[in-house]
Amino acid sequence: MVEVNLWSGLRAFADGKDCVEVDAKNVGEVLSGLVEKYPGLEHVIEAGVSVAVDGKVIASGLTEPVKPDSEVYLMQQLKGG
Amino acid sequence: MAFDETKTEDFKVVGQRVKRPDGVDKVTGKAKFGADAVAPGMLFAAIVRSPHAHARIVKIDTSKAEALSGVKGIVTRADFATGLTGGDLDVLENVMAGEKALYDGHAVAAVAATSQLVARDAAKLVEVEYEVLPHVTDVDKAMASDAPVIREGAADQSVPEGMHPNVVRYHESGHGDIEAGFAEADLVVEDSFKTEATHQGYIEPHACLAQLGGDNKGELWCCTQGHWNVQKLCAAMLGLETSQLRVTASEIGGGFGGKTAVFIEPVALALSRKTNRPVKLVMSRSEVFRATGPTASTSMDIKIGMKKDGTITAGQGTFRLQGGAFPGAPMEFTAMCAFAPYNLQNVKQVGYDVMANRPKQAAYRAPGSPMAAFAVESVIDELCKKLGLDPIEVRLKNASKQGTKASFGPTWDRIGLVETLEAAQSHPHYSAPLKEGQGRGISCGFWFNHGGETSVTLALSEDGTAQLSVGTPDIGGSRASMAQMAAEELGIPYENIRTTIADTATLGYNEVSHGSRVTYASGLATIKAARAAVKILCARAAAKWGIDEDAVVWENGCAKPSGPNAGEFDPLPIEKLTRSMGRTGGPIVGHFEATPEGAGVSFATHIVDAEVDKETGQTKVVRYTVVQDAGKAINPAYVEGQFQGGAAQGIGWALNEEYIYGEDGRLQNSVFLDYRIPVASDLPMIDTVIVEVPNPGHPYGVRGVGETSICPPLAAIANAVSNAAGVRLKELPMSPPRILAALEDQANNG
Repeated sequence: MVEVNLWSGLRAFADGKDCVEVDAKNVGEVLSGLVEKYPGLEHVIEAGVSVAVDGKVIASGLTEPVKPDSEVYLMQQLKGG
Repeated sequence: MAFDETKTEDFKVVGQRVKRPDGVDKVTGKAKFGADAVAPGMLFAAIVRSPHAHARIVKIDTSKAEALSGVKGIVTRADFATGLTGGDLDVLENVMAGEKALYDGHAVAAVAATSQLVARDAAKLVEVEYEVLPHVTDVDKAMASDAPVIREGAADQSVPEGMHPNVVRYHESGHGDIEAGFAEADLVVEDSFKTEATHQGYIEPHACLAQLGGDNKGELWCCTQGHWNVQKLCAAMLGLETSQLRVTASEIGGGFGGKTAVFIEPVALALSRKTNRPVKLVMSRSEVFRATGPTASTSMDIKIGMKKDGTITAGQGTFRLQGGAFPGAPMEFTAMCAFAPYNLQNVKQVGYDVMANRPKQAAYRAPGSPMAAFAVESVIDELCKKLGLDPIEVRLKNASKQGTKASFGPTWDRIGLVETLEAAQSHPHYSAPLKEGQGRGISCGFWFNHGGETSVTLALSEDGTAQLSVGTPDIGGSRASMAQMAAEELGIPYENIRTTIADTATLGYNEVSHGSRVTYASGLATIKAARAAVKILCARAAAKWGIDEDAVVWENGCAKPSGPNAGEFDPLPIEKLTRSMGRTGGPIVGHFEATPEGAGVSFATHIVDAEVDKETGQTKVVRYTVVQDAGKAINPAYVEGQFQGGAAQGIGWALNEEYIYGEDGRLQNSVFLDYRIPVASDLPMIDTVIVEVPNPGHPYGVRGVGETSICPPLAAIANAVSNAAGVRLKELPMSPPRILAALEDQANNG
């Protein structure tokens, strides 16, 4: 299992939690695991998110690996000017 | 060694101040910008725009316009695709109004005619019947309970119950116990700040030439930061198959984020399809101001607690961003960047995305971050003054560094904020004496930077030179930087590489030139493509020598045996291998197609000296120093140019630039005469210091540099002006009337 930290605005969609656990070996499985466990997060993830894994911000790569002890943060999708 | 993943020293071409390959063409007028495109039989277009900030479109009568000699076609919303949803629908709604005009300048129809004059005359003959509706342009007023609703149902599920329908997205993040943090503090300062919308101010207005037939196959030439994105959006809005629209990016006369969207391109394509002729559409400056995307305007509340020794115990920010009549104001970035420079145990940031009757905001260099820095760094400056602390020492004491927790959550990897602060502290500017009437300001700033989908091809020619095709429009000298990285890998002169911005039919998808991603992502792709080509070169040499491929290395543009055991052979220079490539296996081409995910964040520290005339409110920036972490400067001259450009635009944003709306909701200053961007005489020499803390996610350590440079200026200038004027300035721009009002308020109220 991997601990996934959510930004606190997402607590409303994750049973009031801002840290949840999902079974995942990569970023794609983190996202699908979150939707499976907390369907209320689907609109957020569909709208686009980034995932920070051990300090590295993954903007779109679903195959980026995640380890059980990885530090994982769901983040707003990054863009720029 | 040729195939090492990273290289941090012994560069031969990288780090040199080579001349840009497009420079002569640009200064001699040969370079082709968006408005330079022509085609036989082309028509000229003009757009009919709403004079109202908010109005229902009751009827559009085009009969008089159609009757004008020379008019070949008119389009309205009915000529675009139906059934779009989400972001695509928002873009279409912005490109061509549907049921309502949502801001002054919103397009409602467009005309194509045989000349520009006829097109403009015909546009005036299009009769639009409006039912004028109440409007709102101010962010705080747009959130109030009595504000007119701009678009029902635009809010997403993140918005808490009870908010006005104009609040369309909500963000909240942070960690720790914010109230306990404030209780620990010796001093808590709380204040509110506002910034007005500003425009990117690119000198080249939007321009395009479109050709689309009834068979839905088309060509588009346009000035853009990302032609694959233009292709995708235009295809959606016109109901085309994406691959049937080929888009070529012209040279670009500035973008700064404002050319990451589409405004006129779908309109020109629709007119071309309707008239079966090529159609050219060029915006006027007034149209650029009224109907493209400026920044969001903001209203912000900041509260920070500090101990007497300078330790920040807690930080809290509420950020309300107005992004026009559509969702998308970058309030989440404002929130996440606000406290990013500081290692805080207790932090909370809240963001609101608010709609108003203004044009749809677009990205502008580090979208959302400069405003956050203005508010947060102003309060930190106030705390330093009240506690008698040195502003750089306080920032060093609290600085984010590798291993500390970011205000938005993750643990930082290798970052260079401390190095920029130390370089600023030891810079002569920081200890230089100030004259009477002058003040000094300091600020830090942060931006994430980005990777994104990237595709590059490097093809070797038979004479040993190379053609490099990249898909990211050159908005800051990137052709030179790419050529330098390719030359470094191939071991050939920089001049032997020609870099071309390829069209959408030539490479795989390339994300827009945004997020300071080009030198990082296209650079990484260039290095990998060059290494792929070198691998083939080594294999060809190995085959010629009859040895194993692994026994060949690439050095200084030549294949060589890796050591005595590999055999004794004379080095084979690149031109010998390429001359025979047709007979030794075919063309030698290196590719790279991927989405690099190792973009390194960057920090900057700026020092500003400003002088304020208390009688007139006039401000002059007298000295400016930018210190920023570039990771690795591929071409220091262009890195310095980015640093200076960010500072220059920041000076305009801080002191002069603002969108001014009248009571009628119409933009009052839609020309450069009234919307004043800085000119050379407004600016001091902007000194630069390049700090290089390598990004572990790039083979040479590159971090993006284009955006972070605009993060600290608003705050650094505000701190300098406030220190010079003796009163805290809380609203941008700090124009003479605002400075005089602040001085008067202080005199009246203390």
